[in-house]
Amino acid sequence: MSLKKITFNDRQIICQEEDTVLDALLRAQIDIPHACRQGVCQSCMLRSLQTAPPPAAQNGLKDVLRHQNYFLACLCYPQQDMSVSLGADSGAFATATVVGKDMLNADTLRLTLQCPDIPDYYAGQFVNLKRADGLTRSYSISNNRKQRHKLEFHIRRLAGGRFSEWAHAELAIGDSLAVSAAQGLCYYLPGRAAQSLLLIGSGSGLAPLAGIISEALDQGHTGPIHLYHGSRNMAGLYWTAEMRRLARQYPNFHYSPCVSGGEAGQGVCKGRAHELAMSALPDLKGWRIYLCGHPDMVHQAKRQAFLKGAAFQDIHADAFHIGATTPA
Amino acid sequence: MTETSATLYQQLGGEPAVNAAVDIFYRKVLADDRINRFFENVDMEKQAAKQKAFLTMAFGGPHHYTGEDMRKGHAHLVKAGLDDSHFDAVVENLAATLAELNVPQPLIDQVAAIAESTRNDVLGR
Repeated sequence: MSLKKITFNDRQIICQEEDTVLDALLRAQIDIPHACRQGVCQSCMLRSLQTAPPPAAQNGLKDVLRHQNYFLACLCYPQQDMSVSLGADSGAFATATVVGKDMLNADTLRLTLQCPDIPDYYAGQFVNLKRADGLTRSYSISNNRKQRHKLEFHIRRLAGGRFSEWAHAELAIGDSLAVSAAQGLCYYLPGRAAQSLLLIGSGSGLAPLAGIISEALDQGHTGPIHLYHGSRNMAGLYWTAEMRRLARQYPNFHYSPCVSGGEAGQGVCKGRAHELAMSALPDLKGWRIYLCGHPDMVHQAKRQAFLKGAAFQDIHADAFHIGATTPA
Repeated sequence: MTETSATLYQQLGGEPAVNAAVDIFYRKVLADDRINRFFENVDMEKQAAKQKAFLTMAFGGPHHYTGEDMRKGHAHLVKAGLDDSHFDAVVENLAATLAELNVPQPLIDQVAAIAESTRNDVLGR
């Protein structure tokens, strides 16, 4: 063992032998959140920016967090020099060009960007889109990462929504937009191909879920995949033909469009998507769950899925908060 | 940490045992109509981490909670009506969790006793 160098926000400090990264940071008067110092509370979670952290420092973290090199500073005895940060990436943006605009329904625009410099991403993650004047909003990536340099988003027009109204009305093919690195933990990781998946989305929450499904099917997921997509009424549903086609093509994919109000059309269920899913699937023990869309739906469904036996580590959620530029 | 409590934590199986217990315990708490209203609007991720810290302590494991932390952490719940009956319900769920994991009764009793030792701080007395 020898001394290791830790870089944190442009500061370089030395980690003494037998010290954890947390010890070293605190010794240098860099005060990061921490509490139990035993790997329990997870409040001292950091991200290793260049190298994989020692596996022992990732004990108890969700698979997606381990995958993104998050670790617990209090458990980490560095094996090499490390560059670390609190949470998400720096605010670097790449330039993208608008190459497609088409309407998925009366209020939802599919925006397609070409972005040669986008760092690697996973369907289901989100990026921040920034207009020339700095106005920024978060949107989930709806396509699969096979199309490496292409990014698709479902942008629902919100009354008074500065970004969405501009994207619908003024943004044109050929225009430029700045795109952040992909963020978020709601995405598909291969490895447990036979696991049952339940995905519930409301409104444009379908975007990340459609990407996750496409990714899972491409990766050869063999377990059943159940998608419940809900909207207030028939006019709010979209991509029904595409999802039905996918369901015909892949016998393990099951699609249930749902409307909570108005008449339900043919092949559409009447009721709230998460309630219908929960009553149709009595036992979620061993399942992997993805929840995207309205915060109330996400909150309730998370709790219900957990009560029905899904392990906490297997519940992935992305609540869409209106106007949020950088979800925490 | 006393000699006895360190032994209890080891006897129970340490951190892997806490991991095995936390989902079962939290699920019981959320399903228990006597107490689940206190957890209605909490962030589940943060709450699960707190449950894990609580179980680690009750298992006689390493922790950094003081009586003062317990008081501060539960003061808003005491205001909302948290009382002995709710505390009893939590201890009951804890014991049921351990029973489900086939932990021998004498160890369950020791865990319950550690939980019991926090009663007055939790209830702000």
